[in-house]
Amino acid sequence: MEVSETQTVAGRNAANSTEDILANIKRRQLWDFIFAVVGMLSLLFALVTLLTLIIDLAMTGVPRINFDFFTNFPSRFADRAGILSAWVGSFCIMLTTAFCAIPLGIAAGVYLEEYAKKNWVSQIIELNIINLAGIPSITYGLMALGLFVYKLKLGQSILTAGLTLGLLVLPIIIVTTREAIRSIPNTIREASYAMGASKWQTIRHHILPYSSGGILTGVIISLSRAIGETAPLITIGALTFIAFLPTPPVEGHFPFLNFKWLMDPFTVMPIQMFNWLSRPQAEFHVNAAATGVVLLVMTLIMNGGAIYLRSRFRKKMKW
Amino acid sequence: MRRLRERAIESILFLAAASSVLVTIGIVGILVTESLPFFSHVSFKEFITDTEWTPLFENAHYGILPLLCGTFLSTMIALVVAIPLGTVAAAFLSEYIRPSYREVLKPILELLAAVPTVVYGYFALLFVTPLLQKVIPSLGGFNVLSAGIVIGVMIVPYVSSLSEDAMRSVPSHLREASFAVGASRMQTAFRVVIPAAFSGITSAYILGISRALGETMVVAIAAGMQPNLTLNPTEPAATITAFIVQVSLGDLPHGSIGYQSIYVAGLSLLVLTLCFNIVGLWLRKRFQEKE
Repeated sequence: MEVSETQTVAGRNAANSTEDILANIKRRQLWDFIFAVVGMLSLLFALVTLLTLIIDLAMTGVPRINFDFFTNFPSRFADRAGILSAWVGSFCIMLTTAFCAIPLGIAAGVYLEEYAKKNWVSQIIELNIINLAGIPSITYGLMALGLFVYKLKLGQSILTAGLTLGLLVLPIIIVTTREAIRSIPNTIREASYAMGASKWQTIRHHILPYSSGGILTGVIISLSRAIGETAPLITIGALTFIAFLPTPPVEGHFPFLNFKWLMDPFTVMPIQMFNWLSRPQAEFHVNAAATGVVLLVMTLIMNGGAIYLRSRFRKKMKW
Repeated sequence: MRRLRERAIESILFLAAASSVLVTIGIVGILVTESLPFFSHVSFKEFITDTEWTPLFENAHYGILPLLCGTFLSTMIALVVAIPLGTVAAAFLSEYIRPSYREVLKPILELLAAVPTVVYGYFALLFVTPLLQKVIPSLGGFNVLSAGIVIGVMIVPYVSSLSEDAMRSVPSHLREASFAVGASRMQTAFRVVIPAAFSGITSAYILGISRALGETMVVAIAAGMQPNLTLNPTEPAATITAFIVQVSLGDLPHGSIGYQSIYVAGLSLLVLTLCFNIVGLWLRKRFQEKE
């Protein structure tokens, strides 16, 4: 009698705990599912915001974009205003930025990855690059205003702007160059040395060509960053209203090329957009949206290209 | 001859690498030397205790507090948006989703960071603010709230991308051990992966914070550029960066007090960012020792 009673109690307990375990599993599966939904939603929220931004900008801006918009100077009349001086300025500054940042960045990346010994000098340089990447862009503008504009007397010119943005994107190029070089296996270097190549020959003929895909990705990303950067250029005193173009770089007489355009004042697309945006009239906001569409299309194409390049080289390069 | 050439090339490359240090010295040096004269006009005590910041007015006040207040407010709102969104998105990308989908979704998320900030400013002023005004009718055309929210969305990829890298580099045998004792995916994510990746996640947060602190165009466009000592996010305010933009737009003579004041503001911003980076470094060290 007693025995059977204990048995039933035990049996009931067992049944209870099985149910408990089943309930517990159910509960955790539910939470798992809830978390998956929340994760999905937060990802979707970010993507939907991006999409909303693009659509909102396009709906306002695209109807305003026509041939005249690209060939007209800014004007007091919203419907006659265009972005000629802005896109020419952006183009000239990109050229200057690329010219100063790309060689410097690649050279620095090659040094840190291939030559630098593990000592305090290279460690300071490394820490410093991490720190530079975290400094707000507007402080670069302040530095440029004090150093380039007033100390070196370069004025509020295309050269100053190009140098400023060049320094700003330098860390991006260094970091991506290093990543690209790091992914090249040592066997390549050893093979090259075995053939009697010097260190520089190895770098010049093997390391750089093989890492060119990764380096190019970094260059494109840094230029797309530079083209949308506004704050440091406002700080160095970019004008917001420019109704003339820089001096043409080609001339009819010897030496045919001149670099006077480097010293010309400038405006760029983001500054033009900011200027139109800060006016109260809604017609100018439409112009701002149109400029925004042009900017957005350029950055998205550049970033898309960089992503494509990265995935292509990752697939192609199987060591 | 060949050795000479090699040496020359190495020196040139070294100079290129060292130039990044020169940039830092340049930034710090210029900011300090150009803002020093400011403190011969204004006492340091006035600078940190005065509650008004009106350096360009006739009756000038030089208290950095309103600018700091605006900066902290917009950063806080941005973090309230970006940290939960970014962390959850990172955990989802690293623990739940199939790798092939992740390879597509992660770059798309990173596009958020590629959009020019002036475009985000447009979005905050002409889309988010009118939207918020439907919910909060008393909201003015310029306010910190919509600027903060938009900055938050903008820095989601900075938070999520680095956090995801950190979570994915947690060795899979830890996950397998957790699954083996019967933990669910979510328990594994929150009790095993996230604590193990905490040092990486912290540095992602720190990067997000310094981005939000230094963000300029969104606050300059949407927050109203009025130095305002308030913690009410529905009011207009000015951040340190917005003030620098506002002054730079005018024609300011070299050496004037207005010129010096933007360097003081810039220096304060740099010190602020540096503090956060140091705290981040310290946190990371602490958590690494624990492992």
